[in-house]
Amino acid sequence: MSRTVTIVRTGPQALVQDLGRPGHAHLGVPPSGAVDPHSLKLANRLVGNREGAACLELLLGGLAVRAGASCTAAVTGPSVEVRVNGALADSHHPLHLGAGDVLEIGTPRTGLRSYLALSGGVDVPEELGSRSTDLLSGIGPDPLRDDDVLPLGSPGPACGADVVPPHHAPHRLQLPLRLGPRDDWFADAETQLRRGSWTVSDRSNRVGARLHGTALTRRDGEIPSEGMVTGAVQVPPDGQPVVFLNDHPTTGGYPVIGVVDHDHLRFLGQARPGTVVTFRPVG
Amino acid sequence: MLLRRCGTDALLVEVDSLTEVAAVRAALQGLPGIEELVPAARTVLVKGALTEVRKVLEDVDLTEVPAAHPREVTIPVTYDGPDLDLVARTAGITPDEVVKLHTQASYEVAFCGFAPGFGYLTGLPEVLRQPRLDSPRTKVPRGSVGIAGEFTAAYPRATPGGWRLIGRTEITLFDPGAETPALLQPGDLVRFVVA
Repeated sequence: MSRTVTIVRTGPQALVQDLGRPGHAHLGVPPSGAVDPHSLKLANRLVGNREGAACLELLLGGLAVRAGASCTAAVTGPSVEVRVNGALADSHHPLHLGAGDVLEIGTPRTGLRSYLALSGGVDVPEELGSRSTDLLSGIGPDPLRDDDVLPLGSPGPACGADVVPPHHAPHRLQLPLRLGPRDDWFADAETQLRRGSWTVSDRSNRVGARLHGTALTRRDGEIPSEGMVTGAVQVPPDGQPVVFLNDHPTTGGYPVIGVVDHDHLRFLGQARPGTVVTFRPVG
Repeated sequence: MLLRRCGTDALLVEVDSLTEVAAVRAALQGLPGIEELVPAARTVLVKGALTEVRKVLEDVDLTEVPAAHPREVTIPVTYDGPDLDLVARTAGITPDEVVKLHTQASYEVAFCGFAPGFGYLTGLPEVLRQPRLDSPRTKVPRGSVGIAGEFTAAYPRATPGGWRLIGRTEITLFDPGAETPALLQPGDLVRFVVA
């Protein structure tokens, strides 16, 4: 039997993701990669992969896959129902799949994104050093479709039983942020950020989390396009901030009032529309 | 030169001209520990090795771009773009003269952005420095060669775009599966020739 999995059902969106392709921004190539890299690494550890192996990133679950050969699988991210051949199984725990077994993932009760790791990793060809799907640029594999067959790499040594805690997606997020590089476009940027309150918009995606709420008051005009980092809080003329996530454009012309600390971006990547967001300017 | 903080591990170096951008980029290129080095119109974004970066920038001479050994790239173009006549009329010359001017000039990749492999080339003759279209096209075909402001560029793939299109090239500008994915990189010298 070949080491593959077949997508029986994708759910709302299923993408191949690893830790992305940083280092190519000067070519106009976004970093891409899992928006919750912490959950991706945990999933890989549970199946004995190296931490950065390619997994499936699922938006609101809903995926079903059939194993082409014996393999180990693990689902991380928020707490979610997992079934093997219809029988309840555990998320956040290694699962053995035999050839022909079907793994189904339900809809997470909180949060947005689940990660499915498979022993050996998803072995599609790399592009610029990564297997990640970049939805902005069209680099990497296409979003998965029903009946797609994905090759798996060679599995590492068998791992011992292990368990990891599920991601907890809170209803309110307070994000630490460093002011700049363009906080001088805003009258008292720190106070505006400290006093404002937003909710995550349903127009958010892997490019950016769009926030809806307090309009930030800024100068009119645009900046000649300049380099953008992941976590940059860009403020268009309407004052509603956008926090850049992994598939963000490498340059932009709206002023960036501040940058969210990197370790906290995964919480935003897991925040459902309606989640309340505030900023805490630090240092 | 102004150093602006950009999160915990990056700096936005702001300068006054494209020449100064090139000087900053050249000074920082190859410095160990730098994770990203992104030149743009008036800035260079640098991520990583910030202590070293600050040290280098203290002594950088912005008037001088260190002599590098740039790659030279030739792009064959069929000059039959939908805006060729508009560009000629705006410049007060014939379409043939537009082609002659565009192919005689020597260009440099100032920076990339907008889309993977999209290089902003400087060196455009004065009369070809023209505004964008009033209304951008929803789809500019892959390989289109256009001008906008002080820049000329070729579109690596079909995207929306507002540049005035004067021609098209068959050359592959970006191939994510190739060993060198982007044909154009900051600092490269570029010439256009009639295909």
